[in-house]
Amino acid sequence: MDMASPPPAVDHVDVNGEPCRVWRKGSGRPLAFLAGHGGLPKWPAFLDRLAESHEVVAPSIPGYPGGLGHTRLVDHLDWVLAVRDLLNGCGLEGGDTLLAGSGPGASFALEIAALWPHKVDRLALVAPWGLFDEAEPMTDPWGQRIPELPGMLCADPENWNALKAPPEGANSVEWPIEQTRALEASARVFWPLGNSGLEKRLGRVSAPALLLWGAEDRILPRSYGERIAAGLGGPSRLEVVDGAGHLAELDKPAEVAEAIRAFFA
Amino acid sequence: MKHLWFHLMPYTELPDDFREQNPSVWVDIHSRLFDPERAHYMYNDFMDEMEYAAEVGFDAVCCNEHHSNGYGLMPSPNLIASSLARRANPDTALCVMGNSLALYNPPTRVAEEFAMIDCISGGRLIAGFPVGSPMDTCYAYGQNPSLLRERYLEAHDLVMRAWTEADTFAFNGRFNQQRYVNIWPRPVQKPHPPVWIPGGGSVETWRWCAEMDYVYCYLSYFGYKAGLQTMQGFWEEMKRLGKEPNPYRAGFLQFVGVAETEAEAYELYREPAEYFYGRCLHIDPRFAAPPGYTTEATQRAGIQSQVANAALQNRKALQVSKSAREFDAILDNGYVIIGTPDQVAEKLRQVIHDLRFGQLMLLLQFGNMDKQLAKYNTRLYAEQVAPQLQDIWSEWENHWWPTPMAAADRAAPDPVAYRAAAAE
Repeated sequence: MDMASPPPAVDHVDVNGEPCRVWRKGSGRPLAFLAGHGGLPKWPAFLDRLAESHEVVAPSIPGYPGGLGHTRLVDHLDWVLAVRDLLNGCGLEGGDTLLAGSGPGASFALEIAALWPHKVDRLALVAPWGLFDEAEPMTDPWGQRIPELPGMLCADPENWNALKAPPEGANSVEWPIEQTRALEASARVFWPLGNSGLEKRLGRVSAPALLLWGAEDRILPRSYGERIAAGLGGPSRLEVVDGAGHLAELDKPAEVAEAIRAFFA
Repeated sequence: MKHLWFHLMPYTELPDDFREQNPSVWVDIHSRLFDPERAHYMYNDFMDEMEYAAEVGFDAVCCNEHHSNGYGLMPSPNLIASSLARRANPDTALCVMGNSLALYNPPTRVAEEFAMIDCISGGRLIAGFPVGSPMDTCYAYGQNPSLLRERYLEAHDLVMRAWTEADTFAFNGRFNQQRYVNIWPRPVQKPHPPVWIPGGGSVETWRWCAEMDYVYCYLSYFGYKAGLQTMQGFWEEMKRLGKEPNPYRAGFLQFVGVAETEAEAYELYREPAEYFYGRCLHIDPRFAAPPGYTTEATQRAGIQSQVANAALQNRKALQVSKSAREFDAILDNGYVIIGTPDQVAEKLRQVIHDLRFGQLMLLLQFGNMDKQLAKYNTRLYAEQVAPQLQDIWSEWENHWWPTPMAAADRAAPDPVAYRAAAAE
């Protein structure tokens, strides 16, 4: 993280009566980002890069750091509606939304684009969850030994560790609970295989989509990107990010942000 | 004081290098280690042992539910309990500890099967309702850890209504919707069999047991020293809630090995104990804590108590290792109590009072212990240990014990005479 850059503005949107944090930074055409597995306990360098040319709007989905209310959500429709309410609450009801996301967040971005095609102008997606291929199973993102998880999610485990390390002054009891809650939120939606049935709905997505995949993704094989691209109803492009793992935006913030900015330009 | 004879049904022939060659005894243990024809003998030995325990006078025999597990060969404890309902001593209660409610679809299956066992046994069932371990529920059975407790609580409500409501009703749950709930058979015991809840040290479980008037059972493999803090927490919570401190509200599990002499006990029980703690508890930590399984209130209490413990001067004295695998350390940590009948009785008397419980669950077969030794241990306990402890808690009434039909009113299984007659 670039410590010199000013922090984002913080606001909250109510979803089912529970507050979800919304970060905003930068100016330009609004770009919404839905975070990947583990959420965003800190503002990441990647969003600073996007904020150089966009008003970045980063709402926290329920259960991710800054967001509550995941326990109110049971089935997948509950979740998709919650994400839609969240985006609407951020003032992104219009038809010109640039929607980006990673992992679970990218999966929700695809759901929104499938169910409300008029809401989304373009999509930029880092390794979206939601499919399962028996021939190349998604790695279990929850059933991992604690010391091994950072290296499963990032090419450089220190990128995950830096995001998850409690900052000075953090509540030593609540901080770890918040990080576990984030993993629980993904589990609540995608347990046990990561398969939400998204594949059936891909054909409804008409917005042009950029798919980004870490060359060293140890969670989701790149074939999932090819499968998603083949299923989408609109045009798409798959780009591989060298030196990046599953959370490519943490490993290669500049490269991922640049690819998204170029696609959204 | 109640003495319950508990069987985990461990696979007794895991190889010597099991720990080195396999990541886990649970969830992804390899099928090549399982020999069904050897398991045929194991199951029959185990059931012989349970029937023997009932015969020598234990108050109950217990079984439990595990899945994909090398130390627990009972995916369906109800199968074992139904056999015991026919074959075992009819004075013995049947404690099924129990059925993990969230795993049954629909959960009325549990209400039905438990009602069957209660009918067959003439009202001798203790109905255990565990949430279930992460390994069993979230990994082997694929349940969502974030939804598990909600499913469990809803299934509990459905089972209770299925047992107690006279008329067919519709159940409109979040996870279960049934228009016609009307189980046949219904349990003998009214309003329903006693309910016991095996749990960890969660405050929410204690409160729920108090609210529902259920027995709380702390089933740890780590013995009385590690269990002390949990049981103290339980009783403090009962006091806070204004519940009378009836010791029969609580059950506790303890491994025990009895022999004629201390030296003999050491010799006899070393190998089975080391087999259990070395091989059977070799569990891959990646299956230990699926996110959402442990409630946030329990996580918070755990982190706060770690912080509090770290601040204590005598921290080392309070700590009990939960990773001992050598027999001396197993004994030092209190996982297993061994000795002569008098030594074991003296130790248990102290443990029963320190931890305060009236339902003592005993693992007298553990690890790769063979039938002969299991029976020896069982007989010595029944004949020479249990009688020394019978007076404990005699001032309290056990409200949580089965209330069967009068013995004279119960059916006795016919002897199976046809083959014998044909052979004559």
